[in-house]
Parts: sequence; structure tokens; C-alpha cells
Amino acid sequence: MTVRTAELLMAIMMGTFSIYLMVKSAELPIGWIEEEGPGGGAWPFWLSTIMLVSCGGILFNWFRKNGPIAQSTRTYIESHVLGDVAAVTCSLIVTVALFSFIGIYGALPLFLVFYIRYMGKHSWLLTSVLAVAIPVVIFYFFEITLKIILPKGITEPLFLPLYKIFL
Amino acid sequence: MLEIIQLLGHGFVTVFEPQNLMLIIGGCALGLFIGAMPGLGSVNGVAILLPLTFLVPPTGAIIFLAAIYYGAMYGGAISSIMLGIPGASTAVATTFDGRPLAKQGMADKALIGAAVASFVGGSISVVLFTFFAPPLAHVALVFGAPEEFALMMLAFATFVGLGGDDIYKTLFSICIGLVLSAVGFDIISGEPRLVLWDITGFLHGVNFLVLAIGIYGIGEMLWTVEEHALGGGKSMLSDANVTVKRTLSALRELAKTWRATVMGSFLGYFVGILPAAGATPGSLMAYGLAKQISSEPEKFGNGAIEGVCAPEAANNAASTGSMLALVTLGIPGSPTTAILLGGMVIWGLEPGPRLFTDHSEFVWGLIASLYAANLFSLLINIAFIPVFIKVLKTPFTILAPVIFTLCLIGGYAPTQDMHDVWLMVVFGIVGYLMRKLDYPLAPAVLAIVLGPLAEPAMRQSLIISEGSLMIFFERTYAGPIMVAALILLFLPLFKIIYDRMRKPQPEAAE
Repeated sequence: MTVRTAELLMAIMMGTFSIYLMVKSAELPIGWIEEEGPGGGAWPFWLSTIMLVSCGGILFNWFRKNGPIAQSTRTYIESHVLGDVAAVTCSLIVTVALFSFIGIYGALPLFLVFYIRYMGKHSWLLTSVLAVAIPVVIFYFFEITLKIILPKGITEPLFLPLYKIFL
Repeated sequence: MLEIIQLLGHGFVTVFEPQNLMLIIGGCALGLFIGAMPGLGSVNGVAILLPLTFLVPPTGAIIFLAAIYYGAMYGGAISSIMLGIPGASTAVATTFDGRPLAKQGMADKALIGAAVASFVGGSISVVLFTFFAPPLAHVALVFGAPEEFALMMLAFATFVGLGGDDIYKTLFSICIGLVLSAVGFDIISGEPRLVLWDITGFLHGVNFLVLAIGIYGIGEMLWTVEEHALGGGKSMLSDANVTVKRTLSALRELAKTWRATVMGSFLGYFVGILPAAGATPGSLMAYGLAKQISSEPEKFGNGAIEGVCAPEAANNAASTGSMLALVTLGIPGSPTTAILLGGMVIWGLEPGPRLFTDHSEFVWGLIASLYAANLFSLLINIAFIPVFIKVLKTPFTILAPVIFTLCLIGGYAPTQDMHDVWLMVVFGIVGYLMRKLDYPLAPAVLAIVLGPLAEPAMRQSLIISEGSLMIFFERTYAGPIMVAALILLFLPLFKIIYDRMRKPQPEAAE
């Protein structure tokens, strides 16, 4: 896909999103209400309208081939780059999905092992040290010091003894 | 005058509390590190680390973040000089002459020049700040809702008029930030509003940190992953020969750069005050100016030490300048200060001119901390140059997972809702894709922070005027500000018309 095509798709997507936002804002009054001033939906409605107009402007420039992006025939994401970016993005999504099931302390080490060992090709020793040390530091800092309980999923019972000691 | 010095004294008492002093030193060191790492700048550091500051009281938190901001301005020069890659966008101009100097084996001279110039820039601007801020805040005390709204319009208009990006994309970015900030509840009627796709997670709104960490954490890292994949991850690290003797001789040589440094400081400070400008254009302009006033302009680009000093002085001065509008008017002058403003709201402070009267300890603690952060950044920078050079060798594949981890947890911590973590990942990915198409994203971050302040200001004004928009033009302060905002907003349009006609069009003034 060229940058020019990506520009078109992005403008259409964002334009559609703007229309959705306009419709959604209009669930609340968008006009003037006596004694109350502008209705609750007015502010987001008119802003979404400007968003839609801006998307129109971007499309106009696209048709007229104004500006470097609208003219560019370069590849939007080079194939050898796409592999890396996609791997990182997917690993992030999988990690976040796992947060709710096996908890942060199950998902984070997996993510760290994946990234440091498979993306970075570092030694197993370094990988395992970091995959253990980082979650421990996170636990100490967030859960003990800041008292912010992070999601644990099914691993919750394992932490009960630790809560007794620290909290 | 005497009162200001007295208040500043109180500020120093706050700063020298052991905990705050530790926070400054820690913040400076961390900021230097963040600034030195290519791909990470002050805004990324402040966004990713803001959730960590929930631990300390507001004064400590802002002192810590301001120290990171400052340290990052110093640190940016290190990778500009050693790698030829700007450590942060604010240090782009430093590569022009810093890199040639390093190639000629004078990396130490460039590094010390950058550190000292940063210190001078920081010092000049912080003194200007100390004496400018209280009178400005005093004037702003009479500001009501219409003036506040006009000021915010001015902030957004500068992005459109002076930002230099595509106008439609800038407008889009501003409006999407404002609309996202309107998600949740309508503040006046209390009804649920814009609960997107009826997902209940949107009922508590879109936290600005979710957008900021999404864009500046995840999006930025994806961007850096791409750069690494393109460049093969290889870069050339220069050698720096740092000895006490060489340091002293470098310091002596710096005396002749004072003109460039001082000019850069003043220019940077005033550019920094402008909302859209900030440190990056400030440092580029300072570089240009230094070249113009130099007696040997042909040396620029081939290793002129003034070409390192001027932009480095300017970027530090600009970072202070951008804080002026933040603490006096509640209008952030840069993306980093926008995040600081969001932080102030989280800590329960109401940004605006009343800060000076209602939270005097906080404001003066912050101002005094800038003096301290400036000094500590200089000392840490010069003392640990060899360490920072080693830090540059940290492989990206170790740094990246650590930063991603901090982002994911930083997105969860403020609201403790998985919905926000998902949203942050979505913002990160979409932000990355948009950035590849030259959508400016800083305006969106500024807008999501200012949105919750701009909307009530506009609605209150319209209630006062019973619906007439003229209220924004008739009042003493709001009028000129609004006119300036409109001129800036339509500046690109004027330019287009001017270019088309090759002669000014009188009708275009409407």
C-alpha cells in the first residue's frame, strides 16, 4: 500500500468516525436551551463537525494531489519493517489480553521473554534475570508502595500470603 | 521585588527538604538519561512517569517532573553529539555542529559546551521567569470565563497558524482531542454523553494520560521500532576523551561563545512562551541567529562551537518559558507542560492565575526547584559524561520492553480499569499510523487536557451573554486575545490567498 492510498483510507476512516461522533453527540440537545445555555451535546457536536470538514479538506488535497503525503508513492510500511512492528503490536495486544486471565505477573514475564529473547536475541541468562526482576520491581513499587492493586486473574490466590505480609 | 525574593526564599526552603532534594537529583538524572536515549524526549518521560508520582505530595511530584523536563533538555545533546541522532526533537539543531565536532575528536568540547550553554540558558530564563510570572498572574486574576476561553483559542490557533503542519490535520487533531475530553458526562446537565459504542468504560471519560501515554509511550516506541528496522539498529558512537585538563581548556574556550549563548537564551525563552512553538523551533531559530551574528558564519555546519551553544541555551530557556503560561494562565506552552497541567488537575490543584495566591507554596517551590534542577543537571551532566556515553550503548531491545511495561502499567494505574489499557493500546497504534501520515499529535494531547476547562468557560460565557458570541470580542482582555487568535487561525488562509494573487487582498481581512 502506498502512502497516498493510506492517506485516503485514513481520511475516510476518520471522516466516518467524525460522523459517528456527531450522531452520538446529538443524543443530547445540541441547540440553545432557554435559561440553560447551549445544550450538552452542542460542544462535541460542533467540534465533530469541524473534524468532518477537516477530513473533507484532507480529501480535497488528496484529489488535487496537494502536499508531499498526497503525492507520495512510497510504500506506507515497508515489508521488512512491517514484520517487526506487527510482532511488537501483536505481542502487546496478547499481553494486555492475558492480563485479565493469568494476571500481570503471568503475562509480563512472557512478554519480556518474547521481546528480549526473540526480538532482541539476548542470552537466556539476561532474559531470565530481567523477566524476573522487572515484575518484582513493579510489584514492590506499585502494589506495596503505591497500594495500587494490579490485575491478577487466576493467579490471585497465590498473592494472598504476600498481601498479608505487606498490606 | 522584595516580596518576590522573600517568596523565592520560601520556595528554596521547600526545595531543600531532603525528600524534595532527592526528587530533584533523581529527576535530573532520569531526565538526562531519557533525553540522551534516541527516541525518548522530555514529553515521553513525563507522560510515562507521571503515574509514578502519585506517591508523593503535589509539590514533590511537580518538582520531580520539572527536573525530568530540565534534565532531558541537557541530555538531548549527548546523543546528538555522540551518535549524530538527536536524543530528543529539541536537540535537532545541536547535531548540525555537535556531530562534526565529535568527528574531529572534539566530542568532549561539544559536550561541555552544550552543558554550560544549557546552564546559562536555564539560568537566564529562570530569572526572567521569577520576575515575569507574578505580575502576569496578577493581571490574569481579573480574567473570567470569556478571557480563559479566548486564551485557549489563542493556544490552539498558534498550532494552526505557526505549527507548520497541514492545517486540516492540525484542526482535526485539536478537535478530536477536545471531543475525546467531552466523553463521559455532560458537566452541566449531568447526563451521560458520548458513551462510545455504549461501552460502559467510557462513562468515566477518556483520561488524558491514556491518550498521552498511548501517543508518547506506545506510539513513539512503535515509531522507534520502525526506525531501528529501517536503519538496521546500527549507529556509530564517537569516542570522547574526557579529562580534567581537557575540560578546563574547553571551559576557557567557551568564553568567546557568550554572545551566541545569551542571544539563544533570550530567544528561546520568548519562543517558549508561545503555545505551539516550544523548544524545538526555539533551538532551530537560535541556531540560525547565531550563524547570522557570527563573524565566521562559514564555520557553521563544520564544527562551530557556537552552533552547539546557541541551540542548547535556547532549548533550556524555552522549557522554562513554556512553564510561564502554565503557572500564570493555566495554558500550557508545550506538549510536556500540557501533561504537567493534566497532572496538576489530578493532584487536585486548579491551574490558572489563582495558583499564585491559593497555592503559593506549590508555585514557589516549583520556581525554586528550577534553579536547583538547573544546577544539578549541569553537575550531573559534566560529572557523568562517560556514564551517559555508556548508557547510549544500551540495546534498544532491552529498553523497549521496559518502556512498554511502564506504559501498560502507567495506563492502568490512574483509574485501575482494563478498559483504559485497551484504549491506550488503540491510541498508540492509531497514533503511530497517523503520525506516519504527518498528522500532528501534540495538539490532540494539549486539547484533551484543556477540553474540560475550555467547555465550561465557553458555556458560562454564553450564559452570561445570553447566547451572543460578541462577549468574546467586547471585553478589555478577551477581545484582543480573541482577535489575535482569529488572525493566527486564518493566517494560513491569508498566505494561500497571497500566494495565489501575488498581491494582498483587502477583502480577505474579514
